[in-house]
Parts: sequence; structure tokens; C-alpha cells
Amino acid sequence: MAYLDHAATTPMLPAARAVMTAELHQVGNASSLHAAGRRARRVVEESRESVAAAFGARPSEVVFTAGGTEADNLAVKGLFWARRAADPARRRIVASPVEHHAVLDPLSWLVEHEGAQVSWLPVDRLGRVSAADVTAAIAADPSSVAYVTVMWANNEVGTVQPVAAVAEAAHAFGVPVHSDAVQAAGVLPVDFAASGLDALTLSGHKIGGPLGVGALLLGRGTEVTALLHGGGQERDVRSGTLDVPAVAGFAAAAEASRTDRVARSARVAGLRDALVAAVLAAVPDARLNGDPDPAGRLPGNAHFSFAGCEGDSLLLLLDARGIACSTGSACSAGIAQPSHVLLAMGADEASARGSLRFSLGHSSAPGDVAAVADAIGPVVARARGAGVVAARTV
Amino acid sequence: MRVLAALSGGVDSAVAAARARDAGHDVTGVHLALSRQAAGAGSRGCCTREDARDAQRAADVLDLPFYVWDLSTEFSAQVVDDFVAEYAAGRTPNPCLRCNERIKFTAVLARALALGFDAICTGHYARLVDGPDGPELHRAVDTDKDQSYVLGVLQPHQLAAALFPLGGDTKRAVRAEAAHRGLAVAAKPDSTDVCFVPDGDTAGFLSRTLGPAPGPVVDVDGVVLGTHGGTYGFTVGQRRGLRLGRPAADGRPRYVLAVSPVTRTVTVGPRERLSVTRVEGVRPRWCGPAPTRPLRCTAQLRAHGMAVPALAEHRADADGERVLVRLDEPLLGVAAGQAVVLYQGTRVVGSATVDRVA
Ligand SMILES: Cc1ncc(COP(=O)(O)O)c(C=O)c1O
Repeated sequence: MAYLDHAATTPMLPAARAVMTAELHQVGNASSLHAAGRRARRVVEESRESVAAAFGARPSEVVFTAGGTEADNLAVKGLFWARRAADPARRRIVASPVEHHAVLDPLSWLVEHEGAQVSWLPVDRLGRVSAADVTAAIAADPSSVAYVTVMWANNEVGTVQPVAAVAEAAHAFGVPVHSDAVQAAGVLPVDFAASGLDALTLSGHKIGGPLGVGALLLGRGTEVTALLHGGGQERDVRSGTLDVPAVAGFAAAAEASRTDRVARSARVAGLRDALVAAVLAAVPDARLNGDPDPAGRLPGNAHFSFAGCEGDSLLLLLDARGIACSTGSACSAGIAQPSHVLLAMGADEASARGSLRFSLGHSSAPGDVAAVADAIGPVVARARGAGVVAARTV
Repeated sequence: MRVLAALSGGVDSAVAAARARDAGHDVTGVHLALSRQAAGAGSRGCCTREDARDAQRAADVLDLPFYVWDLSTEFSAQVVDDFVAEYAAGRTPNPCLRCNERIKFTAVLARALALGFDAICTGHYARLVDGPDGPELHRAVDTDKDQSYVLGVLQPHQLAAALFPLGGDTKRAVRAEAAHRGLAVAAKPDSTDVCFVPDGDTAGFLSRTLGPAPGPVVDVDGVVLGTHGGTYGFTVGQRRGLRLGRPAADGRPRYVLAVSPVTRTVTVGPRERLSVTRVEGVRPRWCGPAPTRPLRCTAQLRAHGMAVPALAEHRADADGERVLVRLDEPLLGVAAGQAVVLYQGTRVVGSATVDRVA
């Protein structure tokens, strides 16, 4: 099988698997005072230090969560509630329209239930926001802004956002900034302190750690209202007994990304470039979406539109040939919807439907690229036939 | 063969897919998302998320690739809009036939063939038998479950690409097989209602869609007996829900005899006035070669109705194609819009959509 869906989830790194399985043999609640608890706590705190070191944060700024979705919800809702509590006029959130559903859906929930307003930032044809537009959006009414949220890199088309410039623009008005760095972490130099961000989302399973664990990096001066109430384990911002094996595995993956990231990303980018070249050679009218400049794109991302095809049909035909890829974010799998990211970038609905994402990662090999190079021409030709037939029967 | 198995989320289609796989076919499962949630913008679901999940679970148990195909636009245009328009015109449509004809065996089939599949497999209880003129459609062995009626719109090129693995079995056996295969849907109750009216309240659905259209309820002499909220709430032959208050002078039950949306009139009367011996239909669909001479056959007018002996004739003239069916024995309460399906023995000859009765 050619697994080209690393953006959905990437295999666990051997180091993470080893640490996690060892930890599964242990007992201990990190909140307990006895020896077993102390041992578990030590693992958690060492893990916190590893995650902090890998992503340029202080250990006290790491809030462990049960994944990227929870961290995004904690940031999006928690920042809103805390800012509004401090100043009831601050109900406006400045956001990019290309966020993951883990950010978009809590935003629309806040609009529907909490009286929030969202000012959507424009994006260019590559899916990128600009710091100048952030300034303009805030300047329209600075005292109404709760915070800004712009992802570090997009999960569908791989476009890297100018987050440091966004943070600087927002800070000129004293407005905090959150960034979902789930896709960027482990492959780009994600440094929380250097970025100037106030809150940053990480997910374990996208960096070679286990599923179901993540973190919100939260600047020390940044207040968020808790989503989960209980034992107050994580800075009173997040309750719940910590999943020690998962936290340890996450930390091992973070550690590996610190040491191996540069070499690994260069290798992955090389494979990605070969894949893009192979697809464009086999299907000359395929369009690469996102930034053609590798400097502005996730190293493992290759995202195409194939005119006249349904993304579903492509997926089915590639799957039948043992190639695993995706039409976009796995979260909207099931019923295919035209991608909100592509629509925001100005694509029409038909080309948004006829899109495919290949995403490479640490375990990708030249054979994966060769499999796509062999399959993509005939698969697109066949899907085009089906696309035309389907359109005619409507 | 490469087979596309339509998985509804129910027990029948799951067992059908399993049998197709066991027969050596290369099977891929699809769930057809037919109606979108009324929620509108941002809704990602279909009418029954549980069904989609059950279908996926069945595919996982059977280790089949599984996809959801969104046919909600086609379904809404071809089936739901037609259903509403037919009722609005005073007719009584059967949306299942329409869906089989237009959605499963046209839109889905076309896409499947284009993607390289050879056939579509469904959990319908009907049999395909090789005959001299190609595949013949026959009634299922389980006469209680027989669904050949709702397939009576399929033409030879559609039957040639169909697989109905359950036609030789009883529902009981299929359920037992599902349990044996570890399919969690084994005990799921059969779906009975119109799928896009999940609460079963067709009249309520129509009145929400079409709005109130009150008018009189009259007897055969034109005497006004009461009022109604919309003719679309009534079907020829209906007895319940007339809400006439006072009983008929002769004390006998009254039935809907006619529905006229133009005058908004519902006519009621005694049971014997429902008796029909001649049925005419339009839009004939022949499951094999079209008959060239008057045909001795049996005619069935409801999915689970009785088939009565009849003489059917196919006519094509300036008005288009018509099918005239003379029934040897009268049937009660035949409404325009219903399908008349013709059989010779167990074989389905074809069907037409009723537009006149006498
Ligand atoms: C950009 C982005 N944010 C958030 C998430 C959700 O993370 P998790 O799967 O850990 O809940 C994902 C994963 O799909 C993602 O790609």
C-alpha cells in the first residue's frame, strides 16, 4: 500500500511507540502523592519539558489536552470567554476562513450561542492572509476585538501563513493571537516564543506521536476560561487525569522532531517535488493548489484539482489500486462537500469537488511516488468519464 | 466481476453484498446519501446518519471498501419534487419505483459503469433469470417479501447490470444469515415508510410543502359533506381520516372516490363505486422486449397488492405510448399515479404509470 495521507495521521515514530508501550506497563495517577503517583508525575513533567523545548515554549506554558480538536476548542472558546469577561465589548474574533473545522465550528458555535461576531480575513489565491488585512480588520473597531486566530499552515493545501507578522500586527492593538499549528509542528520550525503568539495548538498524532493527545501552548499572561471542569490538573485550565502513556509518547515524538526535523523535512520535500512533477507529467492540465514556492508550503503537501472529476471517484479508483490519499480533511469525509478552503481561495464549486490531497511524511519512500506516477493518468481519465456521465444524468 | 453494492444500512443490502463477495466478485460498498438535512447551510449529514453508519459498519465487517455517494441533488429533483408534484396534481405516486428507475439504476449505474464496475448489487427481493432475450426479472421466492413490483420499471440494459442475490430466499433466512455473519444490523427492523418522510406522516409532509389548500368534501351527488385542508392529503380508496362527523344516510362507510386538485374537491362514496375493471397507463417500461400483441398476464397495482388476471395491450399513437389493461376481476380503489406492473407467471413483463381508470 502507498500511504499518502500523513496529514490525516502519520505512523508513530519508533521512539514514541517504545516510550508509550513501556509506560502502558506502569501504574500511577500523576495527581497522586504516593510513589506511583510521583513516578507518573515525573514522566508528565519531563514530557512537558520536552514538548516545551521542541516548540520554543516554557514548560509552564504547555497545557496537555486530549488532542488538537480539544486544544483548538479551548483556545477559541476559552479566549473568547476570558476576554469578554474582562471587557464585555470584546466580542469580535478576527479569523481566517481557511481554518480547520476544529476552529471553524467552535467559532460558529460562539456566533450562534454566545453573541460572538467573526470578521473573516481575506485570503489570496494561495490561501494566505496578510498582516495588513489583520491590521485593517482590527483597526475598523479595535476595542471590540477579542482575539485573532490564524493557522500556522493549512491542512488541505499546505499554505504557510505569516503568523509572526500577524501576531505583531495584532499586538500593536494589544490583541492576543492563537494559531493552530497542528500541521506545521514537526515539519516546520515552530517556535512559540519567537513567533510572538499567545496560544498555539499541537496534536500528537500528526507529529509521530499517539492519537488522542495534544497540547495548547498558552503564554503565561494569557487567560482562557476552562472548557472541562474537575480536578484542575492542567493549570486549572484543563481538568482530567492525564493520559501518561500518551503524553510520554507525544513528548518522544516532539523530541524526535527537534533532532530530526530539518533532515526529515528536506527528504520529504524532495519526494513531494517528485510526486508533483510526476502528476503534472501524467496529467498536464492538473492544477497544483496552494503555494508553488516550497518555502511557502508544507514539505509533505501536494494538492491538486483535476477538472471534470469528482474527488470521490478519484479516491475510490486510487484506493482500489492501493493508494491511500484524501480529498481534504478527513473530518468532512463521508459525504463529500466542496472544500471551504478552496472556495475561500476563489475556486469554483466544480473544481473544489475535483480535488485530491497527497500528503507525505517520515515513512514515505520513492516507491509511494512511483505508485502515484503509474496510477494517476489512467485514474484521472476514468474519473473524467464518470464525472461527465454523472453530470449528464442529473 | 467488479460489483458496486448499494448498502442502505439495513440487513438485506448487507447480506446481498456479502453474498456477492462470496460468489467471487470484487465488491465495493456505497451508501447513497439521498436527502439532506433540512438544516441547510453547513449541514453535512443525510436524513439518517445512523443508516450511513450502519452501512459503513456492515462494510467494515465484510471488509469491503466503502464510500458515501451524495445523490441528494438528483434525488430531490427526480424523486421528491416528482412526489410532491404528483400529489399536487391529485395522483398517488410510488417514489420507490421512481428512485429505482432514476437514481439507483440510472444515475448510480451510469457512474458505476464509468468507474469500471460491471454491476450494481442491491438487497431487493427479486430474481434475475437468464432467458432467451437476456436477463428476466422474476418474483422472489418469498412471496411476502417479493419486491419485483418496485423494480418493474427496469429495462433490459439496467437488468443486465443488476445483481439481486436475495430473491431465492426468505427474509427469515436472510436475517439468520446476517446474525451468523456477525452483521450488527441483523435485528434492525425493516424500513416501511417513504424514506424522505421519516415520521411516516405523508399528509403532514405534503401540507408543509404545499401549504394549505382547503376545499369541500362532497358525495357523488355533489352534496357538500365537510371540508378538508388540501386534496393532497387524500388517495383514492382511502377510508380513514375523512373527518366527516355525521355518518352516511345509509350508515355505510364512505371512501375517497376522486381527488380533483383543480376544483379542490374530494369526492366520497360507497365502496362499490371504487370498483375498477379497466386501467390505462402511460410511460411504459418493458423489462424485456415490448409485447407486440395483446398479452394475457396478471396485473398488480400496489407493492404488496394482489395480482389479477388481465389482458394488456401496448399502443403507440400520436398521443404517445399507452398501455391498456382490462382486468378479468374488478379491483377496488386504483389511483392515477400508481404503477400497474404486468406479470406472466413469476416474470415481470413491464409496467406503466396509471393515468385513467374506469
Ligand atoms: C489543522 C488541524 N487542526 C486540528 C486538527 C484536529 O486535531 P486532532 O485530530 O488531534 O483532534 C487537525 C487534524 O485533522 C488539523 O489538521
